[in-house]
Amino acid sequence: MDFILASLADGLLLGFIYGIAAMGLTLIWGVMNVINLAHGPIIALGMFTVYLLFTFLGIPPYVGVLLAAVFGLLLGIIIYLIAVQGVIDAPHLSSLLATFSVNMIIIGIGTAIFSTSPRNIDLQLWSVSLGPVTLQGTRVVASLIAVLVTAALYYFLYRTRQGKYIRAVANNRAAAELVGIPSNRVLALSFGIGAMLATIAGALIATFLPFNILAGGTYELKSFVIGVLGGLGNPVGALVGGLILGLLEGIVPTFTQTTWVPVIEFVLFVIILLVRPNGLFGGEQ
Amino acid sequence: MKRSFTILLALVLALSLMLAACQPQAPAATETSGGESGGETAAKTQTLVIGFTASQTGKYNVSSGRQVNGLNLWMKQINDAGGIKLSDGTVVTFKAVSYDDESNKDRVQELYTRLATEDNADMLISPYSSGLTAAAAVIAEQYGKVMLTTGAASDATYKQGYTKVFQMYTPASRYLTGAVDLLAKTDPSVKKVAFVYENSKFSTAVVEAAKDYAADKGYDVVLYEGYDPETTDFGPFINKIQDAGAEAILGGGHFQDGSAFARQLFEKNVPVKFVTLLVAPPEPDFADLGDAAVGIIGPSQWEPLAAFKPDFGPTGKEFEAAYMAAYNEEPSYHSAGGYAAGLVLEKAIRDADSTDPDAIKAALDNMDLTLFFGKIKFDTSPEAHGLQIGHSMIYIQWQKDGDTLGKQVVWPEDGATAKVLYPLH
Repeated sequence: MDFILASLADGLLLGFIYGIAAMGLTLIWGVMNVINLAHGPIIALGMFTVYLLFTFLGIPPYVGVLLAAVFGLLLGIIIYLIAVQGVIDAPHLSSLLATFSVNMIIIGIGTAIFSTSPRNIDLQLWSVSLGPVTLQGTRVVASLIAVLVTAALYYFLYRTRQGKYIRAVANNRAAAELVGIPSNRVLALSFGIGAMLATIAGALIATFLPFNILAGGTYELKSFVIGVLGGLGNPVGALVGGLILGLLEGIVPTFTQTTWVPVIEFVLFVIILLVRPNGLFGGEQ
Repeated sequence: MKRSFTILLALVLALSLMLAACQPQAPAATETSGGESGGETAAKTQTLVIGFTASQTGKYNVSSGRQVNGLNLWMKQINDAGGIKLSDGTVVTFKAVSYDDESNKDRVQELYTRLATEDNADMLISPYSSGLTAAAAVIAEQYGKVMLTTGAASDATYKQGYTKVFQMYTPASRYLTGAVDLLAKTDPSVKKVAFVYENSKFSTAVVEAAKDYAADKGYDVVLYEGYDPETTDFGPFINKIQDAGAEAILGGGHFQDGSAFARQLFEKNVPVKFVTLLVAPPEPDFADLGDAAVGIIGPSQWEPLAAFKPDFGPTGKEFEAAYMAAYNEEPSYHSAGGYAAGLVLEKAIRDADSTDPDAIKAALDNMDLTLFFGKIKFDTSPEAHGLQIGHSMIYIQWQKDGDTLGKQVVWPEDGATAKVLYPLH
């Protein structure tokens, strides 16, 4: 029982991070029907932003998360304007190829500059033992930030004019344009926010796990599962999807070999696609 | 319409160029060391082509890069010194031909075939890692090329009936057995051991052998479980280790997973007495873990601290100084392995007094020498031809001296530079 409790707590804390990593992917997917294959490398750039700021400028990692967010927003808008804007109305394959090219470019440049050598941010916070459960400070703080970011995104999407524009464009771009919403600007902003969420996730992961330029790939794959699980364009759905995945990763190893975790995750992926293609929270799509 | 088509065509071309630029390097031969560009000259100079692949991209690029640095340093030194002079007056120099294997087994087979057939490599050096080397060894044997393998410890490659493949590293079957001996010697009361290891050819081979060895010694193996090579979160394993009541942990895999595992063991304050992990602890970058590195033990093929008295080639200190001067970083055992592979090749040519592949193979079969890297002797039995039987591992532990974190040799006893820090908790 102790073992299960400890595993549940670990899975839950990891789930918040998975959720925020997936939010960026599902937002872009939900708003503009673009599967962003550069999502993983953008997560990795978030990791490196915090690492470089901390290692070379001494900027505390949690301040680095803020700067990584700004960097992600700008990077996303630039990627949209250069690589995605021109193919937004083209068949899906075009946008897939465009974002895949961006993925290759970031990984190529990243490997040339940073190599695939693993990096660590030497950040050690407190850890609390509650019976059999040991909570590591870095993971608790990252989870709290993930919840705050989700709440902020929810507020932005549902309570601000720009957020409503995004939802309007996601629902029906032609209709949104007819009522004067500048759809291209909204799409650029959406891509920027998607990339921003990816860099925030990367920055938070870097505070407690080692990483290299290829490290984002794992979270990109998980984001697809979460996207399908939680539904598209819904931040709360992504967070809940992340939590479900995190809990699965915590619980499954208590019953079987850990190598079965991805098998179970992707079986779940297929089942949700078949049974509830819009995700558990994606009824409106 | 025509103009739009032209613009579209230009865009497609530009995109293709960008994609091509981002693709891993096309197989174009790279000269990585000095030396004449092949063939014999009137002055009886013969340039031998040494072919190998390097993982310039992909997950092995750090370890592979260091291995290649070591090899290139040897090649530069021997070429700068005027090459090897044979008794018939021939001067032998060396030229490297290498490609990026992208840490990919399929690429290795393709590129080693190219090295053997199109580049006419006289000898081959293995890529880094047991998996890639197994792929390269098939090709070396198929084309009858002598290949020295470094950065590859798995035993299986040498049990395929090959006759031209020679191993530099202590094989996987003896990689962790010293750690079991160290534990038994340090604390005979410990009985419960957990093996948590990367699901890779190398780590599995190492851990299987160590598990059998530990079981023979009377240890109770309370957990024996592999993890995916991409694993970064070890929470589930740590919970299982605690649940099983393990007193000692042995395992690991490569650098990234090993350093993550060590860090999370520290952060979760796991009450184990002894931790030995593969590959990661001997790497200089392991020190980045700070306090999480303290007490972690790792087997190493070589350490600058090791004071072997070589009967051929430089001493450990001379190699270290030359490497630091060339690359401005401390050599790891991968670097030393690359350099030592060159030295063994050089010694074989000197012993054979010839560049004939059969004579060089015979010299390698008869080799029994000590380098700065340790003892080198190859198995010549048909069952395990080329398996390394001379070299043995040393075990380092990260210890703190005041505020300074450093490596100490803790096993074998005769080579120890410090007493083992025990228990961890």
